[in-house]
Amino acid sequence: MQRVGVFVCWCGTNIAGTVDVVAVAEALKSEPGVVFSANYQYMCSQAGQDMIKEAIKEHKLTGIVVCSCSPRMHEATFRKTAAAAGLNPYMVEIANIREQCSWVHKDMLTGTEKAIILGKAAIAKVNLNAPLTPGESPVTKRALVIGGGIAGIQTALDIADAGFPVDIVEKKPTIGGKMAQLDKTFPTLDCAACILTPKMVDVAQHDKIRIFSYSEVTEVNGFVGNFDVTIKKNARYVKEDVCTGCGACVEKCPMKRIPNEFNLGMDNRPAIYIPFAQAVPKVATIDPNACNMLKNGKCGVCSKVCAAGAIDYTQKDEYINEKYGAIVVATGFNPISMDKFDEYAYNQSKDVITSLEFERLTNAAGPSAGKLLRPSDGKHPHTIVFVQCVGSRCESCAEKGKEYCSKICCMYTAKHAMLTRDKYPDTEVYVFYIDVRTPGKNFDEFYRRAVEEYGVKYVKGMVGKVVPEGDKLKVQASDLIANKQLHIDADLVVLAAAIEPDKSARPLATMLTASMDTNDFFTEAHPKLRPVESPTAGVFLSGACQGPKDIPETVSQAGAAASKVIGLLAKDKLTGNPCVANSNELMCNGCSSCANVCPYGAITYEDKEFRMPDRTTKVRRVAVVNPAVCQGCGACTVTCPSGAMDLKGFANLQIMAEVDAICK
Amino acid sequence: MHNNKYLQEEIIRISGVNPSKCMRCGKCSATCPAYDEMEYHPHQFVNMVESGDIEPLLNSESLYKCLSCFACIDRCPRGVQPAKVVEAVRLTAIRKKGANRMTADAVPAMVDEDTPQQLLVSAFRKYTK
Ligand SMILES: Cc1cc2nc3c(=O)[nH]c(=O)nc-3n(C[C@H](O)[C@H](O)[C@H](O)COP(=O)(O)OP(=O)(O)OC[C@H]3O[C@@H](n4cnc5c(N)ncnc54)[C@H](O)[C@@H]3O)c2cc1C
Ligand code: SF4
Ligand code: SF4
Ligand code: SF4
Ligand code: SF4
Repeated sequence: MQRVGVFVCWCGTNIAGTVDVVAVAEALKSEPGVVFSANYQYMCSQAGQDMIKEAIKEHKLTGIVVCSCSPRMHEATFRKTAAAAGLNPYMVEIANIREQCSWVHKDMLTGTEKAIILGKAAIAKVNLNAPLTPGESPVTKRALVIGGGIAGIQTALDIADAGFPVDIVEKKPTIGGKMAQLDKTFPTLDCAACILTPKMVDVAQHDKIRIFSYSEVTEVNGFVGNFDVTIKKNARYVKEDVCTGCGACVEKCPMKRIPNEFNLGMDNRPAIYIPFAQAVPKVATIDPNACNMLKNGKCGVCSKVCAAGAIDYTQKDEYINEKYGAIVVATGFNPISMDKFDEYAYNQSKDVITSLEFERLTNAAGPSAGKLLRPSDGKHPHTIVFVQCVGSRCESCAEKGKEYCSKICCMYTAKHAMLTRDKYPDTEVYVFYIDVRTPGKNFDEFYRRAVEEYGVKYVKGMVGKVVPEGDKLKVQASDLIANKQLHIDADLVVLAAAIEPDKSARPLATMLTASMDTNDFFTEAHPKLRPVESPTAGVFLSGACQGPKDIPETVSQAGAAASKVIGLLAKDKLTGNPCVANSNELMCNGCSSCANVCPYGAITYEDKEFRMPDRTTKVRRVAVVNPAVCQGCGACTVTCPSGAMDLKGFANLQIMAEVDAICK
Repeated sequence: MHNNKYLQEEIIRISGVNPSKCMRCGKCSATCPAYDEMEYHPHQFVNMVESGDIEPLLNSESLYKCLSCFACIDRCPRGVQPAKVVEAVRLTAIRKKGANRMTADAVPAMVDEDTPQQLLVSAFRKYTK
């Protein structure tokens, strides 16, 4: 029989306001095994903890029940208290009489009654508890960063600078992400390439960083400290270590009319290409869907002109296996498709473009060499209409847009409008807005400058429709403040498209068992206090994959994620959770049900000899749980048809005892 | 401004619209083909019903200018359905005694070669109690 101590906390008035704590302590005194029962104002305070320690020693307690707040809040605290008094920390049970009791009940009577019941259940459980000792697992001192945008780049650099090796997996032929496509960046208007490309070079030259470009993660096994990852390096048909990036092949390739994705299809590239001049790695890639040699075996020009001999038409996808201690997700975002916004005529006119296309149009390395020209006829546009919130804050049209505010578009639209007026004073620039949201350092000042110094015409109201007519775009819009409907003949319309997470994020989240919200943004472990950790141990979040973010915010989050990774990799060993599954081999019939449901691959089978009653031996297949891999989720225990699988610390017997105590 | 609680609730009930969902973007009025004919525009219908300012709407010619094209319903990002508010106010107006907009006697005079009969039938349904 255990010697149980019960400690009822008031939590100031949080609990004591709706629960008669004295009555609870009194009622629980007579429960089986209870030899001591007390109540106190703040159990978690130093004085409260000392009281517990003294009681453990004085009454030789073998188990304690703390009736207090949620175990998520203070279970760890009270386990430490118990350990300090020489009691095994897993002999502590918490009865949550705050969140599950005083906070949800209004009157003292029901509150007290329920608190007593919850206390009885915890006592029934602690009577069946056994001391547990957590195992330890080693930490692989290498990090994986998935996605090589500014978020992934910054995280990788920070981790590598602390001395840990980092691999970046980027699905495109080059790292850089969206920032590489931008022209100038708000609020300081420095050129994106000038601040990004030096960082890309740092990554390339860092002896602790490896880049797997044109690659993707295809499998993730293991757990925090010990992830086992398969990376697929897609065949680029060019030997990466041989190619010098000279571009001779790109120049000579006869298949020149392939839409150039880096310029969002606004110009063409050949079948063999280097996305942009400062690409990292600066290595050519052959597009297998466009290359005549790969499709029909005819051509081979690039191989002939490559002085380095880097072209290899027989290259195959390559799979690499590597172990990592931590994984950082930095898969970023994309603008949503404008296909469903017929009212803005995006698919009817080349002169209706998205803001990202506008960035390319004004970029010196873009399709028009930085001159703002209409995509349809190459003429200089005079009247330009910017439309904000296209597809953002869109509640009714889930199939069309997104319910959230995309956060970055107010600012980049102000930037576009200002830069246009600055460079082309002969233009008339309108911005249609619902609200202008500029809560950032120097952001509102920036937007006001666009209006006051550059004469951008901000109009409160949405554009209702855009109709191409001749070489004009007829824009019909609301001016809500003037209470007018405006009709503008525009030359160019720019849509600030909502942004969404990369489409590959959802399957990746499944591989990582990391959770996402309904919009497919990765969820953080705590929205305020743990913003760069995913709820899955060892998986961290960086950049726009977690929610819309501009560059300053992305970079700060990237650094924060890196510091969390460094904290993890600096440890030599991780203490595990002893509440793991184990199977009773006498009951197990080797059916494989448990291994099929285990999300962490913790269960294997082994053939074991058993002595039968008639003194013969028989070989049977039984389940074995790897305690270092098991996360204690309990999926196997409820799946096992023979009841052989049980969870330490949450045994079926213990749970039933709790239920019985509640129903008594 | 006169706040008519009873009419406000009635119109909200008839229309099935929740006017507090409107975020004042003005896309309904930006899209409305009858805008210039209307004294109160689609977003104003929504906003005035929200604040209980019903009388001016009830007495406004705007009720009969709306084409029921439903462009505003299609485009509203918040799913507010402004045309349903216009419709509900119009119903409230013509349900009053003697407030029929179109009488049966007036119909024959409207029949001519160019007007589709369907149009007259729907107008009669819309404008008559
Ligand atoms: C039109 C426009 C203008 C902007 N202007 C500004 C500005 O002026 N100032 C500012 O501060 N911010 C600006 N921004 C915002 C800025 O682009 C973002 O803050 C920034 O790019 C976010 O970086 P990221 O690394 O999180 O995402 P991304 O830049 O999207 O990078 C993600 C990377 O991950 C890769 N990836 C995705 N999925 C996978 C996968 N499964 N496996 C491997 N790799 C993967 C992608 O290919 C990409 O390279 C602008 C955005 C837009 C759209
Ligand atoms: S940031 Fe501005 S433009 Fe973008 S969705 Fe939010 S309010 Fe609209
Ligand atoms: S409790 Fe069972 S299913 Fe869950 S991780 Fe452990 S072995 Fe796998
Ligand atoms: S379109 Fe919808 S949200 Fe916008 S003003 Fe009209 S009713 Fe309100
Ligand atoms: S339904 Fe009426 S209010 Fe709505 S857009 Fe058409 S004409 Fe305008």
